[in-house]
Amino acid sequence: MTIQEYFSLVFSDYTLRTITLGTTILGAVTGMLGSFAVLRKQSLLGDAISHAALPGIAIAFLITGAKDSNTLLLGALVSGLIGTFWIRGIITKTHLKSDTALGLILSLFFGFGMLLLTFIQKQPNANQAGLDKYLFGQAATLVESDVWMMVIVTGICLFVLLLFWKEFKILLFDKDYAKTLGFNTKTIDILITSFIVLAIVLGLQTVGVVLMSAMLLAPAAAARQWTNSLATMVFLAAIFGAFSGVFGTAISASQNNLSTGPVIVLVAAVFVFISFVFSPSRGLLFKQIRFIKNRRDLQLHKTLSFMYDIAITHDNISHPHEIKILNNFQGYTKGTLKKLVEKNYVTLDGSTWSLTNEGFESALNLYNQLTKNDE
Amino acid sequence: MSHKIAVQVDDLTVAYNYKPVLWDIDLEIPEGVLMAIVGPNGAGKSTLIKSILGILKPIAGSVSIYGKSYEKQRSLVAYVPQKGSVDWDFPTTALDVVLMGTYGSLGWIKRPKQKQKKAALEALEKVGMLPFKNRQISQLSGGQQQRIFLARALVQDASIYFMDEPFQGVDATTEIAIINILKELRKAGKTVIVVHHDLQTVPEYFDWVTFLNVKKIATGPVKDIFNDDNLTKTYGINYKVSIQE
Ligand SMILES: Nc1ncnc2c1ncn2[C@@H]1O[C@H](COP(=O)(O)OP(=O)(O)OP(=O)(O)O)[C@@H](O)[C@H]1O
Ligand SMILES: [Mg+2]
Repeated sequence: MTIQEYFSLVFSDYTLRTITLGTTILGAVTGMLGSFAVLRKQSLLGDAISHAALPGIAIAFLITGAKDSNTLLLGALVSGLIGTFWIRGIITKTHLKSDTALGLILSLFFGFGMLLLTFIQKQPNANQAGLDKYLFGQAATLVESDVWMMVIVTGICLFVLLLFWKEFKILLFDKDYAKTLGFNTKTIDILITSFIVLAIVLGLQTVGVVLMSAMLLAPAAAARQWTNSLATMVFLAAIFGAFSGVFGTAISASQNNLSTGPVIVLVAAVFVFISFVFSPSRGLLFKQIRFIKNRRDLQLHKTLSFMYDIAITHDNISHPHEIKILNNFQGYTKGTLKKLVEKNYVTLDGSTWSLTNEGFESALNLYNQLTKNDE
Repeated sequence: MSHKIAVQVDDLTVAYNYKPVLWDIDLEIPEGVLMAIVGPNGAGKSTLIKSILGILKPIAGSVSIYGKSYEKQRSLVAYVPQKGSVDWDFPTTALDVVLMGTYGSLGWIKRPKQKQKKAALEALEKVGMLPFKNRQISQLSGGQQQRIFLARALVQDASIYFMDEPFQGVDATTEIAIINILKELRKAGKTVIVVHHDLQTVPEYFDWVTFLNVKKIATGPVKDIFNDDNLTKTYGINYKVSIQE
């Protein structure tokens, strides 16, 4: 299947449509919630939560013997929540650094989960196969009920987000201050964290334990580059996440043996790369261009104001002066003089230059700008 | 000046780990004073304010605001945290930060409306930051960020103001602008408590002072207790400031 074939089939083919809808919604909701994780500088939290969910899947299978994703993900949710609140407890009770606590829980739960998985695989049970799909995800196993689940969770998440928007914002920016105003910061905190856990668990079937945190962080990190508004950032992260889902699925469907989860993550990584390089205000490229342009403008302005200083010694500002006297000035080059002529600030006549009215005005402006406050 | 007590602290002891960083503090702050809290780095000045405001839980002691607990009186209290306590790269504007000062009176869920916005704009105007209202906060200078924090507290329209180093990293012009606002607050009958580091300016700016270094060394009117003896007790070394009378 080619990409074109994929996009022509996606609306008619049931399986393709289900998978695509699933990955799109998943990308949107994880991007949205990922913004909060990124702004709280809790990048590792997603990783810890997704790894902490693994033993829950194994235990749910051992207890119920079921293979349907809802039962297993419920197990994942429980153990993910337990892991998360252990992390919180360790940080507040023992004064360990938060990354120590995260690392500890991550490796402990993941190790235990792997142990259980190998144990299950050794069982003489026909039902055993398929649990390891939660390690790297398998989007192909998504069915309609999974997608409905995602829709419901996303809906609830959006509703709560809009309802408590102001509380979330103040908690993210200044938690202590929020507390003095009378907001129960612990409740808000638990609310955000629980939603992050929920979103991660939803994604385990599609993207898997190992790569899930990338789904959380990549769209948000990319979105942060384009805006200085929290609302726009959350919205953009959802869009980037959704597009990663669509394109990831399209690419993996058109390249028969590429698994979907890693491709989605790679597409999200491309968004991050583009954003870090090309964003107009924070991107590396424009920063560099601005730097070079500023330096060139500064050179020009310095020369112009030097000429202005000379010109105002005469009653007639357009009185010609020798080009030679500019040689004493450090910023002066033939190039800058040419630029000034191009801009019609200066006219040349043989070995002399004179300031035009335009040049005089703009030099005067520069002076005023320097003494005035910006904006 | 009335003799009502605005803030009362009894036997307050606070510890982060095992060693108390505040030890058995008794403190009475009369209504209407402009008070400096002075003490060396790590003396527990920020901790004292955070404990009064209920951000930290003390291991012993109690705090009351006009005779009642802080929880009951929080609408009377405004707070300016130390500037370094937040991430200024957060995606939001100056006006938005000042609006947060209205969140307390709004309570849960309700959004700021026209009325709150007007109050926020007035506060921005008061600190001379109106032209910067739509600026992303990371693009403000340190002194401008400090003014934004001050505006956010002003918009709370409180009776008691706690400010943690509002003069940190500001230039002379901003310092004068800020102290004028503080003096205006005092004139309006408010109580203002300020963590302050520049000992030279204490007699000029403040009328009340508390010396703190884990324990409370002294508290009272600047003209009575701001002397070399208390400074030496607080700062350890033999401290000499030349106070111009
Ligand atoms: N979150 C914390 N966890 C553990 N110890 C802390 C914490 N915050 C402060 N401390 C310790 O408590 C003591 C008092 O700190 P505090 O911040 O109150 O001092 P301060 O007087 O405000 O100092 P500064 O002038 O540097 O702002 C210090 O020894 C500090 O190391
Ligand atoms: Mg402090």
